[in-house]
Amino acid sequence: MKVSIEVNGRPVTEEVPDRTLLVHFLRDTAGLTATNIGCDTTSCGACTVLLDGESVKSCTVLAAQADGHAVTTAEGLAGPDGALHPVQQAFREQHGLQCGFCTPGMIMASVSLLADNPKPTRDEVRAGLEGNLCRCTGYHNIVSAVIDASGQEVDR
Amino acid sequence: MSIVGTRVVRQEDQNLITAGGTYVDDLRAEALSGAVHAVFVRSPIAHARIGGIDVSEAKAAPGVLGVFTAADLGLDPHPAGPVLESWLADDVVRYVGEPVALVLTEERYQLADAAELVDIDYEPLDAVATIDAALAGETLLFPATGSNIVQVNGAAEFDDAIFEGCDVVVSQTIVNQRVAPAPLEVRGASCAWGDDGRLTVWLSTQNAQIARMQLAASLGVGEESVRVIAPDVGGGFGAKIGADPEVTVLGWAAKRLGRAVRWVESRSENLTAMTHGRAQQNTVTIGGKRDGTVLAYRLDVIQDTGAYPRVLFLPTLTELMAVGVYRFPKVETRSRAVVTNTTPVAAYRGAGRPEATAAVERAMDMFAAEAGLDPAEVRRVNFIRPDEFPYQTPTGASYDTGEYAAALDKVLDTAGYAGLRAEQRRRREAGDPVELGLGIASYVEITGGDGGGESGRVDIHPDGSVVAWTGSSPHGQGLGTSLAMLLSDQLGVPLDKITVRHGDTDEVPKAIGTFGSRSLQLGGSAIRQAADEVIAQARELAADLLEAAPDDLELDVEHGVWQVRGAPSSTVLSWAQVAETAGDGKISADVWFGGGTPTFPFGAHLAVVDVDTETGKVELRRIIAVDDAGPIVNPLTFRGQRHGGLGQGAAQALMEVVTYDEDGNPTTATLADYSFVTAAELPDFELVDMATPTDRNLLGVKGIGEAATIGSTPAVHNAVVDALSARGVKHLDMPTTPIRVWAALEETGKGSAQ
Amino acid sequence: MIPAEFRYERVSTVDEALARLASHGDDAKVLAGGHSLLPLMKLRLAAPEYLVDIGPVDELRYVRLDGDDVVIGALSRYSDLSRDPVLLEHAPLLAHVSASVGDRQVRHRGTIGGSLVHADSAADLPAAVLASDAVLVVRGPAGERRIPAAEFFLGPFTTPLEPSELLIEVRVPRQTGLGWGFEKFTRRAIDWAMVGVAVVGGRVGLVNMGGVPLRASATEAALASGASIAEAAALAADGTNPPDEPHATAEYRRHLARVLTRRALTTA
Repeated sequence: MKVSIEVNGRPVTEEVPDRTLLVHFLRDTAGLTATNIGCDTTSCGACTVLLDGESVKSCTVLAAQADGHAVTTAEGLAGPDGALHPVQQAFREQHGLQCGFCTPGMIMASVSLLADNPKPTRDEVRAGLEGNLCRCTGYHNIVSAVIDASGQEVDR
Repeated sequence: MSIVGTRVVRQEDQNLITAGGTYVDDLRAEALSGAVHAVFVRSPIAHARIGGIDVSEAKAAPGVLGVFTAADLGLDPHPAGPVLESWLADDVVRYVGEPVALVLTEERYQLADAAELVDIDYEPLDAVATIDAALAGETLLFPATGSNIVQVNGAAEFDDAIFEGCDVVVSQTIVNQRVAPAPLEVRGASCAWGDDGRLTVWLSTQNAQIARMQLAASLGVGEESVRVIAPDVGGGFGAKIGADPEVTVLGWAAKRLGRAVRWVESRSENLTAMTHGRAQQNTVTIGGKRDGTVLAYRLDVIQDTGAYPRVLFLPTLTELMAVGVYRFPKVETRSRAVVTNTTPVAAYRGAGRPEATAAVERAMDMFAAEAGLDPAEVRRVNFIRPDEFPYQTPTGASYDTGEYAAALDKVLDTAGYAGLRAEQRRRREAGDPVELGLGIASYVEITGGDGGGESGRVDIHPDGSVVAWTGSSPHGQGLGTSLAMLLSDQLGVPLDKITVRHGDTDEVPKAIGTFGSRSLQLGGSAIRQAADEVIAQARELAADLLEAAPDDLELDVEHGVWQVRGAPSSTVLSWAQVAETAGDGKISADVWFGGGTPTFPFGAHLAVVDVDTETGKVELRRIIAVDDAGPIVNPLTFRGQRHGGLGQGAAQALMEVVTYDEDGNPTTATLADYSFVTAAELPDFELVDMATPTDRNLLGVKGIGEAATIGSTPAVHNAVVDALSARGVKHLDMPTTPIRVWAALEETGKGSAQ
Repeated sequence: MIPAEFRYERVSTVDEALARLASHGDDAKVLAGGHSLLPLMKLRLAAPEYLVDIGPVDELRYVRLDGDDVVIGALSRYSDLSRDPVLLEHAPLLAHVSASVGDRQVRHRGTIGGSLVHADSAADLPAAVLASDAVLVVRGPAGERRIPAAEFFLGPFTTPLEPSELLIEVRVPRQTGLGWGFEKFTRRAIDWAMVGVAVVGGRVGLVNMGGVPLRASATEAALASGASIAEAAALAADGTNPPDEPHATAEYRRHLARVLTRRALTTA
């Protein structure tokens, strides 16, 4: 069927098989490969994007379900002049990424978390990111990045 | 002021956080346009004879371009230790997940539909699912070899006389359970043969050069006909060393079809067909005096290699590192490796050393408990002392430097050990069902243990910029930034004018790559050596330009300029000016650093756990760590490596395990079933710094990549056993899942009632 | 990873949905949040010919008071339920349980209706709805029927819903001011409950203690006859048939049920 999704502010329209997953629509049709696939059981969160502003795992949403809706991916966070989003900036500053594969999904999940809870505690960040797996960082600096992005002091 | 040792945010990040990097499945290279998609049909059964394969229905499915089996390949099987492993299973499958057929389709979404139609007739054989079954030998995986034991090493016979004179002797069999490396990026590769007859392979790998060697050999072409490129790699942890057998099949298929081929596995495939880690069973016997002095230690290792023994150095490395940080007068070790009908086992963060540390640290705790002594005290009594280095262990390792007591003292001090023990006592006296547990691990490990070298090349361009190439292959460690920092420091060129490249065999033809925590010490030493040669060349050029003797020239690294020593007001030359006059229009040095020998980082960890004795639930509250790998180049990425190691190490102690049923069927084959640790299960890490240099390489550094993993597993494990110790539990195998804790308490009858 | 082929249809009203279901019969599955169904389809454990996407049926998203009941539209998402002020005041158990399902991303998609119709005894909501003595409103071609929660879970993944019917509403007798408690025991925070206990108003619902969500009736009876929490909780596993798996045996689960019931009753 014909699916039309507003991705990072631009409309992307394509005739795709009904069973197309949103993550494949984003990667293959819209050509935005930051959003990654890390599992097949909705477990890892590497595919996390914002759907109408809320974090979802795009591997478990059909492109058809997102037809007529708006999606934001990691590529859509930086400003038009290239200025990094505060969460992106914080991930870099706090070394919240190593191999980078979980990072786009982790960043989108963090953006969503902060939208709901602007000044979380470290424990709240950990709970809020439980759906995003990382193998490299041990999570400590990811938590620090979210705390930093929230404007709170990182003290560890 | 030197930039080395200061906190520097990574150069690698800009691309990763804005565009998400370019991993192998992201590639949209010209050579891959029109590529077909590939999927392997894998055995669903652990041990079976293949009766027949009918590909006719699959071949007729929409978009199918080829369905290939072993019969089509005509490639000789490759050696896996003393046995042979087929590229696609030929007459026998030996583990669930073993590749049997390759299906290629035009569209990615057509793959699973077609693969389902490949009809394979399996005639089941008895499955050897455990080490015990392998040793019993009723069913042999490779009947021609006569045994499931594929390697034996160490003592031919044990001699109980070594325990004479001991007041206390404790023995225990310890399981170091099978775990899944599970990098976030699964395996993937794309292959394209060019019109020039060369094969280009984009591969998620830790060493493109080794992969190239393997692929050239297996495909029967010269190495110059193969180019391997490692794009961004989403984690490896030892499981992406070289090229897995699937890649050879893909290269073959690309040639056969005359089309480029793209492959990326699913996570379920990854959890059963990417090599697993650990999978050892270790029996320790430790004996000593009541004052805590250990007199003798015996380690008997059985390594489960899975169906194909691809990496046989793991158990011998465990033997090598058996004594850990201790001076044991008498030591015996032996190892046997056995095959089982399970996924092949290979390197995983630590690769043989975590197992040694886990065994000896449990042994020390058990010895301490039996002797009625504090576990920290017992360790102190037996540490190798700083004045004993370089220390030759009875197992054949030559430790360079170490301050084991200092590391332990720092950790215990930072943790507030006495106060924690007091809290533990208080809870016990109050009958609190939540027990506090404290676990110590003192560890040493071997890095750069392969004994090989590394390549490094440095070019200085006429615009004053520096481009360097390393044979190392970082995939998240931040080595690029560290090497750039070293170059900046050595050459006096600002960081933003330095680029570090790696991972393309056309650019770096010879290298060994990244594993075994070798990259900074060896790759860094190679860069240092190349920069030394660049400086030597520049000295000559500058001397010509300034009409002075080369010996009178000095490089002012603070300003990045060449000048005549003692005449600061006279002409200075920038790097750009010097490089302009070089023969090739640039100053270049390309070296092989072969001069390093293994180094031995060390540390101490203390883990603090709460154990709910009503339910068995364990919560890791704190982990305090010293990980000493010598001088620190970039404290930011250095700490990052420790965090990652602590996370993976704690995860093994607490929750991660790959399991099979008695028929060899994997029961943790998805990320929903495999307890991959999340942010909610780990605490913040408390790191304490120590830096004891080594003299074994040009930089005086050791490797940090695996060290924290090695210390944290036994620290957390010991903490859980410590929590239960007042209730009669002397040992509990990892992972310390709630049911195991509860069952242990049920057995001693001292759980909290319900 | 990729589901088998199917035909996707989207509707925006209950009537449209019912019309599609009537025409497709059991060749169709309803797609709401998709976080029970799509994971199964991606592993090819389910392969319906048609998916009827009821995501746009906004008329099924609400929480309001209706007499003595709190009524919840079947398409209400966990994320909305977890912070709905009416639910928090009048049926806080359900708001709290909604907040504990999966992770934040899952909660942005999963719906209460989807969970109940999927009827997984290992899921949290069915046990909480059972303990709440809720009534499920189902609409089909023949009209509406109201099914008490105790009659809704017939067997593993089995409800009385016909293929032509849609769950449209969950009616929960008000729990305003009642004590409630929820204990969920997992290996990791995001895991499915090994065992879970939902308590409200003297009723105890058990997660994952049988093929269907169960009530701990022996515990309830003991409480009603004046037994102490400890005595009543000791009976929590009576009549249960928990799964027996290596990482969580039936014996261990029974033990957990007793401990968690005591803890939930103590909180309530």
